Amino acid sequence: MTGETVAIIDYGSGNLHSAAKAFERAAREAGLASRIAVTSDPDRVASADRVVLPGVGAYADCRRGLDAVPGMVEAMTHAAKERVRPFLGICVGMQLLATRGLEHTPTPGLGWIPGDVAPIAPSDPELKVPHMGWNTLRRDRDQALLEGIPTGETGLHAYFVHSYALIPEDSSDVVAHSEYGGPVTALVARDNIAGTQFHPEKSQRLGLALIANFLRWRP
Amino acid sequence: MLKTRIIPCLDVKDGRVVKGVQFLELRDAGDPVEAAKAYDAAGADELCFLDITASHEDRGTLLDVVSRTAEACFMPLTVGGGVRTVEDIRTLLLAGADKVSINTAAVKDPDFVAQAARKFGSQCIVVAIDAKRTSAPGEPAAWQIFTHGGRSPTGIDAIDFARTVTARGAGELLVTSMDRDGMRSGYDLALTRAIADAVSVPVIASGGVGGLDDFVAGVRDGGASAVLAASIFHFGQHTVAEAKAHMAAAGLAMRLDA
Repeated sequence: MTGETVAIIDYGSGNLHSAAKAFERAAREAGLASRIAVTSDPDRVASADRVVLPGVGAYADCRRGLDAVPGMVEAMTHAAKERVRPFLGICVGMQLLATRGLEHTPTPGLGWIPGDVAPIAPSDPELKVPHMGWNTLRRDRDQALLEGIPTGETGLHAYFVHSYALIPEDSSDVVAHSEYGGPVTALVARDNIAGTQFHPEKSQRLGLALIANFLRWRP
Repeated sequence: MLKTRIIPCLDVKDGRVVKGVQFLELRDAGDPVEAAKAYDAAGADELCFLDITASHEDRGTLLDVVSRTAEACFMPLTVGGGVRTVEDIRTLLLAGADKVSINTAAVKDPDFVAQAARKFGSQCIVVAIDAKRTSAPGEPAAWQIFTHGGRSPTGIDAIDFARTVTARGAGELLVTSMDRDGMRSGYDLALTRAIADAVSVPVIASGGVGGLDDFVAGVRDGGASAVLAASIFHFGQHTVAEAKAHMAAAGLAMRLDA
């Protein structure tokens, strides 16, 4: 798998340089020769070996940003659905995989992981929203992206910062969740498409391990 | 479960850390990127840069520091100081900040918080509240907002202000007691608790840490979701790991795997 191209989609949603650095470091430490590129060029996304859709901010704003790059949604769809390349959404990028987001006004997502993105409502009123900080993961099923990563209360931590969460229609799309006054979807996967609510690029050991798993993933 | 965060705070002026940092094996105690790397390795849960650069022209130096830090540390970074416009926020986020802390501009115009939250999402908008106790001993406790590094009173009640900016979309509040800042006598727990009880967003306790028990009290008695400190770490009095071990021993949920 030497020299695979990894396209991190740039659609004006925050700083992607540090995300790219995290992918470069994970690749280096895993001994992979992946070529990481932050790009807003649909052609590069359509032909990439692996595609990453980041996202920071409000759902509707991110959707607008994505639509504002001519041909990008088509290019992503080509890579993920026709070429069946490994695809990773991060934070709002993961939420965009859902059918629709309910933040502010209902906004259509990509519909690749059927479900809604709804406000977090912890059962304990003492719990603050946003769900912000380091939480552990609870594994719902085995999946390549979690391989070798300790989960559970004594496992590694992932960094979350969000007020909305994806609730998949098919619970088998959930790979892992976190506990925050009830389950909060943390990692979803269906076929070659995966998404993390947390930020692997900010999650130190767990993050670098998950990114390396993504770079090796053969769905 | 979600863990309590420990956030070291670095005061940065013209691209250098101004309070001395004397811990671990820093090659250059004045280089904020080196300090950030050391805290990253030490298990800090987030890092805060407070830009106290006097002139606006030196902003470029801060942006360079932010981007070099973001490239070197895979942990969340909050940057504050002199944030006045939506463009300031965008520039910091594009440089690699994960969250931006707003202070004076939020006091002048709480709608600025609303604009910022709409544009970038509440999750990256922190409002820094600098408050001084204005009630006399024996009176019901009251605190007032101060700006410009504590020099300018505003007449605004701190608890009301916390509610106002949260309603406008602030995703987190950084609450600093001006009375306690640098005093090493502990956080103003009544202030921290009053604000934490008044809002639904996470509160970071700041100002006055003198020992490890102050961190425990900030969370248990103050209701803070995160604790911020500068000197106690910079001067090597305690490491982040010691602070975490102490808080965990006191029964608080801490991230110990870093």
